[in-house]
Amino acid sequence: MTDPTSLLPPPEPVQLLDADGSLSGSVGDLGLTPGDLVGMYRDMVRTRTLDTMAMALQRQGQLGVWASCRGQEAAQVGIAWAMGLRDWAFPSYREHGITTVRGVPFGDLLLQYKGVWMGHYDPSEYQVAPHSIPIATHLLHAVGYAHAARLSGDDLVTLAFIGDGGTSEGDFHEALNFAAVWNAPVVFVVQNNQFAISVPTEHQLAAPSIAHKGIGYGVKGYRVDGNDVLASFRVGADAIERARSGGGPALIEAHTYRMKPHTTADDDTRYRPPEEVAEWEAKDPIARLEQLLLDEGILFEPDLERIARDADDESKAIRTEVVAEGPVPMSQVFEHVYVDPPVDLLRQAAAFTAGDER
Amino acid sequence: MAELSYREAVARGIAQEMDRDERVFLIGEDVAGAGGVFKTTVGLLDRFGPRRVVDTPISEQAILGAAMGAAMTGLRPIAEIMFSDFFAVAWDIVVNEIAKARYMTNGQVEVPLVIRSANGGGARFGAQHSQSVENWAMAVPGLKVVAPSTPADVVGLLAASVRDPDPVLFFEHKSLYASKAEVPDGEILDELGTAKIVRPGADLTIVALALMVPRALEAAEILAGEGIDAEVIDVRSLIPLDTATILGSVEKTSRLFTVEENPRVLGWGAEIVSIAVDEAFWHLDAPIVRITTPHVPLPSSGGLEDETIPSVERIVAEVKKGLV
Repeated sequence: MTDPTSLLPPPEPVQLLDADGSLSGSVGDLGLTPGDLVGMYRDMVRTRTLDTMAMALQRQGQLGVWASCRGQEAAQVGIAWAMGLRDWAFPSYREHGITTVRGVPFGDLLLQYKGVWMGHYDPSEYQVAPHSIPIATHLLHAVGYAHAARLSGDDLVTLAFIGDGGTSEGDFHEALNFAAVWNAPVVFVVQNNQFAISVPTEHQLAAPSIAHKGIGYGVKGYRVDGNDVLASFRVGADAIERARSGGGPALIEAHTYRMKPHTTADDDTRYRPPEEVAEWEAKDPIARLEQLLLDEGILFEPDLERIARDADDESKAIRTEVVAEGPVPMSQVFEHVYVDPPVDLLRQAAAFTAGDER
Repeated sequence: MAELSYREAVARGIAQEMDRDERVFLIGEDVAGAGGVFKTTVGLLDRFGPRRVVDTPISEQAILGAAMGAAMTGLRPIAEIMFSDFFAVAWDIVVNEIAKARYMTNGQVEVPLVIRSANGGGARFGAQHSQSVENWAMAVPGLKVVAPSTPADVVGLLAASVRDPDPVLFFEHKSLYASKAEVPDGEILDELGTAKIVRPGADLTIVALALMVPRALEAAEILAGEGIDAEVIDVRSLIPLDTATILGSVEKTSRLFTVEENPRVLGWGAEIVSIAVDEAFWHLDAPIVRITTPHVPLPSSGGLEDETIPSVERIVAEVKKGLV
């Protein structure tokens, strides 16, 4: 029998890089090259730049809604960097850092929020499942995918991403239990960003931490400072490696903060004080890695400016492309409802689209 | 009289019942501190306190299961499911528990609760957050199903739902939340199972629900300009259904049209058509026409969503076609 204490998370989140950018230990001990550090930094900057652009596009009426990931870039980018190329991510709607690292075209995401058909990326091209808008349902898909892959002799690992609120859904319970019973290679990543829309984590759960929920299922718990990209990478890599080598599923809790409202349809001033947001602003995930890179002499000011400019250029190009996408014909509403549409649906489609191929 | 928005009417209706009856309380996700994600419960936390206005974890089964348990103690819960699409997450509690408790206990267990939910499309929320699911609820024996179209009806029908001894699913339309109308002062109490003739007419009957009611009314005005006099009925309550008002109208006009937002197959209008064919067949002068959303998930694209759900233009066109 497994020693239960081996499944317990550490009492405090793992942190390598503090809010001031001081590293515990040396860069050489991280198992990362300076190029990796720059890559992670670049991906965080890209994620934030693209996310900021998307917020603006929504405000301009180009997108139906947008859920910002601002403040959560380190947890997402760090863990995405720890994934193998063939590992699969099962993201929720706030994982723009994951999709950016995996190479999902950001414009494709935006087109979906613009309501342009065919806006969705091809999941198998990036090993990124369709991002789930319903809460926690995709955890079960990640379990099934991982178990099926293992049965067919594949050593890939699946990573399923949710927020703190998602842990209250029944699907969370069932997914962790299935994963543990099957010893499926799944890493559940909970970004505890402190809020489920307006409800703070202390009203969401009474467990000592989210990571402590794992032990009851036989799932190993991990805790990490989600604003520390290096610790997120390290913890993510450990959990992924353990799952890949047959050690079983893991539950990572990344402590972070949602800097923006839940979505563009939400007003967070109703339920949280601006001082609290300011407090977290001082723990910004990008600023601290930037500080380390400067302190270590890996990057200099002009390099930072170049990275920011490149991200801006990328963002502007995507913006132009998304704004240019026009409406799609009514006939597309009837496509992909079925492989072989029932005759009655074909009749409805004909009635709807008669002379309507705009 | 005061002008009130449909969303303000929700809060007013809840407050009216909470003021009247200590046993009434509100429970759901983001209903307290945030005042509801659609701002339908603004002010209730301040007025009634956290004991009676309860924010919950994201657990739809637990919200409805706990509401059922509370109702069994004699309380009168008003539970909120944020988007009606999420009924699917908790459908077991609704269908196998709440709807059947009275029946399976020979009437000994009562579950007098109301489940409110934001239903319907038109808000660009996509296929999983825009469905009209009133016809799911209608298919379950034991549930009452209400869907108001005006602020005054929201208050009055919500009050009637809270006071009803059976479980009521109360569908608010998210594209009506911003609509405004005069609402009488003082207590408003309406009656479930009563349809309303919202525009009398002689030539044909249009039966509509929720968001489709203002669209049917607008269509009727356009038709009037062309000499066609449509009667418009707001069904308001699917279970119980006011068949007398609908059949009375059909006897008068001899022509029946339904305007439904739910997908076509087994939409609520199909039931009304079936009743009309059974009971008013010899009064009909023409085939009955159902104007519905086709049997497709809803697109999130603004233009496509508007064309998929019955529009004023489509109602006008279909009525004219059906009259020929």
